Parts: sequence; structure tokens; C-alpha cells
Amino acid sequence: MTMKTVFKKTNGLTDKPTHYCPGCTHGVIHRLVGEVLEELDILEDTVGVASVGCSVLSYEYFNCDMTQAAHGRAPAVATGVKRVLPNRIVFTYQGDGDLASIGISEVIHAAARGENITVIFVNNAIYGMTGGQMAPTTLIGQKTATTPFGRDISIQGPPIKVCEMMATLDGAAYIERVSTHDVPHIQKTKKAIRKAFETQKKGLGFSMVEVLSTCPTNWGLDPAESLEWVKDQMVPVYPLGVYKNKEGVK
Amino acid sequence: MGKVLMKGNEVIAEAAVHAGCKYFFGYPITPQSELVAYMARRLPEVGGLFLQAESEIAAINMVYGAASTGVRVMTSSSSPGFSLKQEGISYLVGSELPAVICNIVRGGPGLGNIQPAQSDYFQVTKGGGHGDYNLPVLAPASLQEIVELTQEAFDIADRYRTPVILMGDGMLGQMMEPVEFGERSETEQFKKDWATTGTRGDGGPKIITSLELDAESLERRNCNLQQKFALIKENEVRYETYSIDDAEYIMVAFGTTARITMNAINKARQEGVKVGLIRPISLWPFPEEPFIETRDQVKAYISVEMSAGQMIEDVRLAVNGHAPVDFYGRTGGVVPTQEEIYDKIMMVARGVQV
Repeated sequence: MTMKTVFKKTNGLTDKPTHYCPGCTHGVIHRLVGEVLEELDILEDTVGVASVGCSVLSYEYFNCDMTQAAHGRAPAVATGVKRVLPNRIVFTYQGDGDLASIGISEVIHAAARGENITVIFVNNAIYGMTGGQMAPTTLIGQKTATTPFGRDISIQGPPIKVCEMMATLDGAAYIERVSTHDVPHIQKTKKAIRKAFETQKKGLGFSMVEVLSTCPTNWGLDPAESLEWVKDQMVPVYPLGVYKNKEGVK
Repeated sequence: MGKVLMKGNEVIAEAAVHAGCKYFFGYPITPQSELVAYMARRLPEVGGLFLQAESEIAAINMVYGAASTGVRVMTSSSSPGFSLKQEGISYLVGSELPAVICNIVRGGPGLGNIQPAQSDYFQVTKGGGHGDYNLPVLAPASLQEIVELTQEAFDIADRYRTPVILMGDGMLGQMMEPVEFGERSETEQFKKDWATTGTRGDGGPKIITSLELDAESLERRNCNLQQKFALIKENEVRYETYSIDDAEYIMVAFGTTARITMNAINKARQEGVKVGLIRPISLWPFPEEPFIETRDQVKAYISVEMSAGQMIEDVRLAVNGHAPVDFYGRTGGVVPTQEEIYDKIMMVARGVQV
């Protein structure tokens, strides 16, 4: 009896088991990126840039050439790679501490230059690797290790909305915010990632997908509650949608 | 190609182009801005790329990215900007990526000023970044020597997969001298099979990283780095001596200061003082050999620096108590004059307590 293959692991990922916590959606997002690289047949032409934080070891999981950058500097490293190898696909994979805090300058200027790279920006509203401290994306009232009484707008200010800000830059070609809190949204996330890489493939300029993600460990919630928290708490603050589609990528 | 009259900063840039450097990521800062501007105009002519970064931090990380693809790449700055590059330099060392970083030193600390100084000696030779590392530092004293050392810097970088620092002072960067860019003799071929350029046709993913979570693995990686540093110490020491054969007193100076000191030595020689010069060209590895060879004969060494006294520590280590080590320096961007250095030589030679 022959069996029909209905699912197989993407060749875009290595066989190495990830170190991510149960219920964390990094693994899902990794898989989507890997699938897109494979489906667009660009895996062998891709150089990825890993950042600092939970996803630092992403270089062991993506099945392509990988370079590991200093904290926040992935878009600058990616710029160096892309400017030497304009025909390769170059992407960064960064969390919200890395991108929205210490690396905000590098990502803004990469977008402003219209750098033809793709940024996968994973926003889970907290620093995961260092143990659950406030990120620039932490919600008002959210308790973290460094906002034990909840983020207070009079002390820490309001969260940064990265897509809204990046969309103001003329150099940005494709900016979309998506979420991973249920299957339909995961499918939309994959489409957004595909559009971002297609934008780069066409040489249209800077593309970024912000993916709302979970951190059950540091949020103190179970995996199912975490998905609910993304839907109920994060999505209203970080509205989903396309913020920039300069060249009308379909 | 005959001799051309050029400014020091431009000589560094042109020498880098001659060495096959086609990529430059920079940020403006006085007194090295001409280097950045020269590259902006020159690199497109050779099919290369100049990019002005948003900061020195971004520039050094762009260098990291470009270096990871295996090309020759450079950045330059001056003291405050160089401080900002230190994290990136530590990463370059940790990830074993070749690159050349130029520091045209100005007066510090803080914003300091834009006058010539050598007060970043500690920073460049002792590692301003984190972790157990050294890296080669070359300090030219003339514009013609800039031509040679800039090209050697790229070779050393590739030979050992290490960042190399080219250190000049503001005076060297700003002065003009005639230089000649000779045809380069056949250089070594460097195989860069570690470069991350995409896997098509090359057999599988490569990773460039300085992360090693397991302590024993990181220790092994450090041991390998230490072996590399030992090899560099063995092979890449560079220095010049001047009239030390009969010297009773030896001056120690590098860069611009060495040239001024040499004039003071000539004047003192006319007065019958037997004085010579050791000029370190590689600040790391520091040339110990000429000290070991002379330290039991000379009456004293005098370190002359445009700093409050930094290289003197390496001089003392090399002399290792065999002879007294004295110091003359000006700091804050003040360049010592030939007369001041001459006076210092005469004071020491006439037996004033060292």
C-alpha cells in the first residue's frame, strides 16, 4: 500500500531540535520562513543574519548560510552582506528587544536607505532570553521583571509601534504586521513573509514583517492562554495589516 | 606611476584600493574625514562600493557583514568614533573575520579635540573591546610607509582571519608628502571557504558566529585564538632602529613622534651624546627583540609619546628591569617639539636622576 505524503518538514530548516519553550511561536515562524525560502527556491541563495535574544541560535535552525550579529545590529550586518552580494537574498530575524530597543537606529536607517533586505521582526512584548524584562513593545499595565507594578505610561511611556513608524519612511517598500495566535492568522503570516521575500527578489527595497508572538514562560501563562493574550491584548494595540506596499506587491 | 603629492588620509584610502579593498563603510569625523570622502569618489571607479553609515556602530557592523562574505573591507574613524567600534571589533575577532580598521587618533578623553594624539595606544593594543583578545596594530611614520603598511594590513588580516588596526595620529592624516604607489608584487592567495555567500553548489550551510554557549567549547575556541595570537607574535613583529649600535641612551617612539625624535637625536649626536631610537611599527605585537638585545648595554630608555605615558608600559615590560625607563610626553593634542625632546635627552644624558 502506498501512502500519500500530506506533510513533510521543510528543507528550509535543519534537523536540529529547537531550544524554544513549549508554546512559544518562534518555532512556527521559523518554519514559515523556511517554507517560503524553499517554495521560492531561494534557499541556496540566501544568507540569514541571526540577532541576539531567544532567536540567537536561529543560525542552527535555518538551513542556509547564516551570520550572527551583535545585539541590534543585524540590519547593519545584513547591509554589509547585501551590498557585496546584491544577487543573494538576505534576511534578518530579530526580536523586539533587539530590533525595537537597542537596534532601532540600524533598522530605521536600513529602511530609510531602501536597503533591499527582509526583516522578520518577532514581537512578543517582552525580553525573553534575559528573563522577562520590559521591551519597548511591552503593553501599558503589563507586568515584567523590570515593570513589577505594570508598565506605567508616566514612567516608561507608551509602547513603540514599529510598523506604523517604519511605514513613514520613503525607503520602506513592504511593511506588514501579522499574528500567530490561530491557524488562519498563521496562514496570513506565511503569505506576508512570502510577499516580503518577493519584494526583495524583485529588488523593490526594504521589507519587514512584524509577527506578533507568544512568550508563555515570561508572561506566566500557559500556551493556550498565551494565544488568547495575543488576540485579546496585543492585537488591539498592534493592529494587523499592510502598512506599506509601495510597489503594489500582490 | 611616479610620485604624487597627497594628504595622509587620502594615501590610506588609495593604498587600500591598491590592496584590493573595494568596500568601505564609514562615518565622518575629524581628522579622518578626507579618507571617507576619498573613498566615496574612488571606489565606484574600481567597481567597488562606498556607503556612509548612520553611525560608527553601524559602520563596523556593515564591515562585519561584508567581511563575512570574504571580500576585503575597511572602515576608518578617529578616537571617539573608534571607541564606538570596539564592540564590533571584539565580534570580528570572535568570529575570526578579516577587516582593516583605521584610527586617526585625536586628543581625548571624551570629545577632546581634533589635534594629533597617540592617547589611544592602550585602547588599540590592549583591546578596548571585551574578551581575551589581541589584534595586530600597525603604526606608520610617513606617508610612503602608509602605502606599504595599509597593503600589509590587508594581507595580515586575510592570513590570520583577524581584524587589523592601522593607527595614525591627526598629523599623519592631515600632512602632505610625495608618495609612490608601486605595482604590488604577487601576494599570497587566500582561500576563503568559510565565507557565507549562499550555499548553491558549495555543499551546505556555513555559520559565522562568536557564540559558544558551552564553557569548555568556548575555552577551546579561546585556546585556538591564543595559538593564532602566538603565531602573529612570531611572524608579524615590525620595527626600525636608528643609530643604536653604540647608543648609551635609546629613545622609543612611533608614528609622527618618532620623526620628531629622530631630529632631536641628530642634534644630540652633534653634541656627542650617544643616543639612538627604537621605532615600533607593529604596536601589537610589540617588538621586544631590540630591547632584549640592548637592555644590558644602555644607560636608559626614554619613551616619547603624544600621551600621558601609555607605550611606556610595554617598554618597561620589554626592558624588564634591566635599565631605567624614562618618559617624555605631551598630551591633549599638543605635539612635542624637537627642542623639548632634545632637552629631555640632554637632561637624562647629563645624569639628572631618571
